[in-house]
Amino acid sequence: MTNTIKTHGGRRLGAGRKLGNNMAQPTTVIRVPVNTVKIIKNFVSTLTREHASQTHVGFSDLIQFIRARQHITLPLYTSKVAAGFPSPADDHIEKRLNPSDYLVENDTATFFVRVKGDSMIEAGIFDNDVLVIDRSKTHQTGDIVLAMLDGEFTVKILTQSKKGVSLIPANRNYSAIEVKKKQSLEIWGVVTGSMRKFK
Amino acid sequence: MSRSITLVDCNNFYVSCERVFNPKLKNKPVVVLSNNDGCAIARSEEVKTLGVGMGEPWFQFKDLVKKHNIIICSSNYALYADMSDRVMSILSEFGFNQEIYSIDECFLDLTGFQKDGLTSYAQEIRRCIQQQTGLPVCIGIGTSKTLAKLANHIAKKNGPFQGICNFNAMTAQKQNKWLHKIKIGEIWGIGKQLTPKLRQIGIYNAFDLKHASPEILSLQFSVSLKKTICELNNIACVELEETTAPKKQIACSRSFGVLITSFKNLEQSITLYVSRAAEKLRQQNSYTRSIHIYIRTSPFNKKESCYANSMTISLPEQTDNTLTLIRFASLGLRKIYRNGYKYQKAGVLLSKIVSSKEYQPSLFSKKKSQVKSDNLMIVLDQINTLMGKKMLTVAAEDITQPWRTRQSNRSPGYTTNWNDLIVVDRFI
Repeated sequence: MTNTIKTHGGRRLGAGRKLGNNMAQPTTVIRVPVNTVKIIKNFVSTLTREHASQTHVGFSDLIQFIRARQHITLPLYTSKVAAGFPSPADDHIEKRLNPSDYLVENDTATFFVRVKGDSMIEAGIFDNDVLVIDRSKTHQTGDIVLAMLDGEFTVKILTQSKKGVSLIPANRNYSAIEVKKKQSLEIWGVVTGSMRKFK
Repeated sequence: MSRSITLVDCNNFYVSCERVFNPKLKNKPVVVLSNNDGCAIARSEEVKTLGVGMGEPWFQFKDLVKKHNIIICSSNYALYADMSDRVMSILSEFGFNQEIYSIDECFLDLTGFQKDGLTSYAQEIRRCIQQQTGLPVCIGIGTSKTLAKLANHIAKKNGPFQGICNFNAMTAQKQNKWLHKIKIGEIWGIGKQLTPKLRQIGIYNAFDLKHASPEILSLQFSVSLKKTICELNNIACVELEETTAPKKQIACSRSFGVLITSFKNLEQSITLYVSRAAEKLRQQNSYTRSIHIYIRTSPFNKKESCYANSMTISLPEQTDNTLTLIRFASLGLRKIYRNGYKYQKAGVLLSKIVSSKEYQPSLFSKKKSQVKSDNLMIVLDQINTLMGKKMLTVAAEDITQPWRTRQSNRSPGYTTNWNDLIVVDRFI
């Protein structure tokens, strides 16, 4: 393929009849704020799939759509359900699992930071991971911590011994930082978890 | 039993919030500016020492900024609100009753805790807030709110207290020594107008006021002054209010980022402010009967011609409907707008507010259409709560808003936006 611009002849971009839609309805062009495009597109495509026949779509549908996407809802059952029988266990549906409960122990003291770089990969912390920092935890030797060394944030493993405090990376290619007396060190919080999205 | 009312107050709250997330601000002079980068609304200790006053307009201390490398932050209210929420919720676990007095201070009732043990309990509170949020606080304890405030003031201004002043644990002699030091204007509830009047009759400090006659002074001034005197004498008169009373007035106003001249832009800004005010109105389940709008040019710019005008519109019936309010605000604006001026500020004030219980529909109201429009408001608020502010707005607000408030140095939403998280990328 060459990228030379054609001056005449051939196909013109954007020309011709527009693609049809699968919405079983006439459509219209609307102007929306950029940050809402994704959610509105999502809404419309869900709508097309689920309620193609529905003639009137109200605000309540939009709200329902948003609500459905606000919480992660994985019902947890206490027993297996036998097919065919209405199970008595259905009365005992317990609280839905929420990843926040799993990752966050103390809501008021929890903060998130994003990691760049590879100095902690052997501890399972990769580039672009979001770390969960719990400030209510007291730091101990061996904890992964978010430290503030001379006014810069860094994530390392903390070790404290008679010799002094060190910040150890979890990557063979990096060397440990022995914190000198004249340096200022503050342990900002203890890293208690990490989050990563693949898609 | 004598009370142990405690006031916990964050030190230089806005500056401290910024410092938690930006280590480069530590031990440096930092000032946080109000909306539109107008005035100093929070100052670090370093800046206070340099003599920058609270609320001082930015252009007045511009030279100090250059000379001392003062770091300027625009206000980041989303961050401050989240940090405040964290502090208040941690504090709620320490006391039986809590009154959130403002974004950075709250009263706790610790009555029943041992007098001496209370100081170490307060130290624990302070340590806990510091560790979990990174914010420094000062704590004052007294037998009344007024004395708790006063103790807090002492703790804040005097280093040796290490942030905690338990007035109840002091001997009477020591208490008096401190009361002598507190000037009359520094007492809670004694304002700028009252201060010179009290001085005239020989009341200069908290000790003088404590020993003044409440009966005589309440005749001469007001009942609230009598309460203050009682409170200084260890009689708690002002109880903790755990729920805030609905507001009697709701205001929304801003200075513009750029001076604006066109009617269209002014109308857009007024529309935005009405929307915000109406939202607050509905949040507290109230209706308004009157809307006041005002516009003005800059009072500081002597070269340009000045103009300021306002208008109060009585509404035909009580309403909480954004669209109705915008219609009337727009009509009012048309009346007071004059061509050819450079406007710097506009604002909206809703008054004559009544709660929904006292709502009286007018005899001739067009009920059906109104119900439809009111339902629209409910949906509007729901969507905006669920999907974030400003998801749905009235089109007249204009999406681009070129006149929007100037905030050139605002910090990221560290705790409220996934895209604004602190990035840790130092390998060292």
